[in-house]
Amino acid sequence: MSDSVSRRDFMVKAAQGAALAATGGLLWAYLLRQEAKAQPYALRPPGALAEKDFEAACIKCGQCVNACPPDILKLAPAGGDLPIGTPYFTPRSGACIMCPDIPCLKACPTGALAPELKDINQARMGLAVIDIENCLSWKGLRCEICYRDCPIRGKAIRLETDPRGLSKHAMFRPIVNSDACTGCGICEHSCPTELAAIRILPRNLVQGRIGEHYKIGWQDTGKITEDFKPAASAPEPPKAPDGNAPGVDYLNQGGL
Amino acid sequence: MSGAGEFSRADALESVRKLRERGLGARLWSWRYLVLRRLSQFAILLLFFGSAHWAWQYPAKTPLLTGNLSASELMGTVPMADPFAVLQIFLTGHVLQQKVVLGAAVVMAFYLLVGGRVFCAWACPVNVVADAAGWLRARLPIQPMFHLSRNLRYFVLAATLILSALTGLAAFEWVSPVGMAQRGIIFGLGAGGMALAAIFLFDLLILKNGWCGHLCPLGGFWSLVGRTAQIRVRFDAQSCTHCGECAKVCPEPQVLNLKHLETTGYVNSGECSNCGRCTPLCPEGSLAFDLRPLIRAHNARKG
Repeated sequence: MSDSVSRRDFMVKAAQGAALAATGGLLWAYLLRQEAKAQPYALRPPGALAEKDFEAACIKCGQCVNACPPDILKLAPAGGDLPIGTPYFTPRSGACIMCPDIPCLKACPTGALAPELKDINQARMGLAVIDIENCLSWKGLRCEICYRDCPIRGKAIRLETDPRGLSKHAMFRPIVNSDACTGCGICEHSCPTELAAIRILPRNLVQGRIGEHYKIGWQDTGKITEDFKPAASAPEPPKAPDGNAPGVDYLNQGGL
Repeated sequence: MSGAGEFSRADALESVRKLRERGLGARLWSWRYLVLRRLSQFAILLLFFGSAHWAWQYPAKTPLLTGNLSASELMGTVPMADPFAVLQIFLTGHVLQQKVVLGAAVVMAFYLLVGGRVFCAWACPVNVVADAAGWLRARLPIQPMFHLSRNLRYFVLAATLILSALTGLAAFEWVSPVGMAQRGIIFGLGAGGMALAAIFLFDLLILKNGWCGHLCPLGGFWSLVGRTAQIRVRFDAQSCTHCGECAKVCPEPQVLNLKHLETTGYVNSGECSNCGRCTPLCPEGSLAFDLRPLIRAHNARKG
């Protein structure tokens, strides 16, 4: 009797323990998810791994923050909009000056900022996006500050001129080349409009992808022609139809 | 040597009287480890803060101590890292870099030597808050609300590791009040105060030594590490009168199990943080810091 009672006690205790662990674990996991959900908006230091990997690897030590010469990197505070304790920067208030020796990356002990990045011009912290409705240059004023301040001038932002864009004078419209833009944010920092008309956004938020099945024929010189190359040995020409084949006779004999 | 059960109540009361009636000098002197611990805790934060905000350098042109308690670099050469944080990141599946692994090994070696929970008492900033709550609680008529096993921290520790592997995020580092507090102070984030306030209230009103002694998985981790500590509190069974004053001030009183102490001759639980509350207080001088290799010889000589 007492044996079965103690066994029942044990079962109940075990169930209670399991329930406690499960609810606690679920709550905890939910908290983690919530905290990590803020990730799409964070601009990370150069060389940062893909966001999910970055969040796993970052130990939140702030050595990149210490190492940053212009002191633009910050650690996200608890209860803020960004994942807790991780480094980020806000280009409008402080842009990355693209140090050639990348001291922030060198300071990272865990590899959350991947040491594979050797050339700061290959960094992809984000992508500059122009609000062409509020860009002075796109409106026809002479501004082009973003173009001139861009550390890889002419490559990341180019100017498209339109000599007859306005009746008075030519237009010089800045266009971002996503191939070259590092997302340093100097353009956003120096944009003279009240709210920046050029902004850095995480690449995954703004960039599309064509996919495999579209071919831009007039640009594509290689693959398409190769696919349609005639076989090395020409196939035999089709035989002349047999005069007695059904259906062939009247078509070929002018029966229509 | 007097065996168990031969202790007289009169001896114990005499010990307590000795303690109550000690002079001001002795009273102040008994705070020595507390003062040293606060100095150590604030000095660590100050070294980080000074390097981050006032460009403290040593040697020239090298920041003195970069980073924070999660990972750091001393004088541009010695890497350090929180082994528990590194373990969590390892479990997320990220391939760790050599530098942080080396840093974790450096820190681990240090605490394996001096005692894991020395981190808690001598480095962790949350300890300052928890101690304040404990101090106040001892002076207020606050009755315990419920009992909670101190082994809970090991379950929280296990949950941390499991969740790190399942979610791909270092589970404790993302919610750690220790991290929030020290990052907040070192990098001037001005946050983390809420977490500290919560711990203060929890320890004060809900559970005595609630955070540090029951829940914190980092404390649990260091408790496991602490079993190899070479600096320990020596126990002299001969002079002890079982007055129990040591257990009253100890934040982990289970480590001062006298029966256990009599057989081992020292506090061998990893949960002891070498905080030095008991040693200056013991009216008979039965408890004292010593190196573990010397303790056996010492006790053999006495016994």
